Amino acid sequence: MPISYPTGAVEEHMITRRSVGLFDIDHMGQVEVSGSGADAFVSRLVSAKVSDMRPPMARYSLLLDDAGLVLDDLFVYRLPQSWWIVVNASNRQTDLDWFRAHSGSDVVITDRSDDTYMIAVQGPNAITLMDKLAKPEVSKLERFTWGNIQMDDVPILFGRTGYTGEDGGEIFFPADKAEFVWNKLLDGGASLGIETKPIGLAARDSLRFEAGMPLHGHEISPKINALEALFKWACDFDKEFIGKEALQAIAEKGLSRKLVGVEVFGGVPREGYEITDAAGAPAGHCVAGMYCPSVKKYAANAFVRPDLTKVGTPLKVIIRGQPKDAVVVKRPLYIPAYRR
Amino acid sequence: MSIDVRARYAESHEYARQEGDIVVVGISDHAQAELGDIVFVELPQVGKIIGKGQTFGTVESVKAASDLYMPVSGKVVEINANLQTDPALVNKEPYGGGWMLKIQPSDTKEMGQLLDAKSYGKTIGEE
Repeated sequence: MPISYPTGAVEEHMITRRSVGLFDIDHMGQVEVSGSGADAFVSRLVSAKVSDMRPPMARYSLLLDDAGLVLDDLFVYRLPQSWWIVVNASNRQTDLDWFRAHSGSDVVITDRSDDTYMIAVQGPNAITLMDKLAKPEVSKLERFTWGNIQMDDVPILFGRTGYTGEDGGEIFFPADKAEFVWNKLLDGGASLGIETKPIGLAARDSLRFEAGMPLHGHEISPKINALEALFKWACDFDKEFIGKEALQAIAEKGLSRKLVGVEVFGGVPREGYEITDAAGAPAGHCVAGMYCPSVKKYAANAFVRPDLTKVGTPLKVIIRGQPKDAVVVKRPLYIPAYRR
Repeated sequence: MSIDVRARYAESHEYARQEGDIVVVGISDHAQAELGDIVFVELPQVGKIIGKGQTFGTVESVKAASDLYMPVSGKVVEINANLQTDPALVNKEPYGGGWMLKIQPSDTKEMGQLLDAKSYGKTIGEE
């Protein structure tokens, strides 16, 4: 996946918001978990509640270590006979090692990444495009569920999920059909008059950022705990899971920092930039920052002192030595389609 | 990539175009294409005197910030205020609406030290 295609990052962002963006995300890893102990294993492994999940449900979750730090974020799909877990590319091996280290002999863990291709089809026209090119209709699927569909003779698992804040889906299919499916989506869009373009990493980042979704290594990482990253909602404290006790202890002690959205005036905030309070005292640092094309703002996500997290709190972001005016803003900057 | 034949160029890809007593400064079409989508341009105060080769501002693309260097020494007499609201003008019309500074040059000989359009074209691999 390139940083951007010849279309350009900003235009790619806008195309995804107005029609359809195609994301070649085969770098994502897929792990299948089966066996008689799979349900109990997955429930203890991931932070979110999964005991109520029946096919065809899919759910966002975190993977935590014993200290409540975030090893990865995952999408968990309940398949009829197994669990299908989508992991970040850079964590594929460490996640697999972690899964295996915590599983018993009644669990089978299979890395499906190499024989599975993954493409995200995102945007307000994405469902229409899919319905024209594959059967049965995915418009019948609810958000955060999946279905088996067929594009010509290619079997596809379609998850009505995504990472852009738009409607659409993420598709999984045999890796040797990658070129066929990619071209069918692109050419299909063109011949149907549905604007459809390939989207690069830069636009993927700005789309997810505006929609308030975390990127591993930025808003979440093995140096950030789930609570300070504001992921209490993705942790089911009514069950046992790895990291639960640590998070309870952290909650009792109180957080030392919290994730906030920050709008910056007069410059582009970037990862690593320092933040001070209005008086100039150290307050935290940016973990991601950019120009946000849909909301037309320069904004950052930052970890700051807990006394500075209220919306409207004035801050300074240090850009090349110059303190620039900034203010804590409500996240997300762009309300995702599934919440509208 | 287009090269404005009326302008002269620094090796760091800024152009300087003489218009009467004034020199118009911006970045070349090649430079904007290399940077990608430009989302922010920081320019100096009007009245500031800046030497050749010194930083006069910053251009931020989607992924990185890059310093801008004065192609010739001079006093800033006007900055392009439109870039504050529409920095993408630098991408769209680098030699036109995407200009950055108008300066009063302090040493007219410096223009001659810059690359002419043909030599600049060679440095970026275009004949």
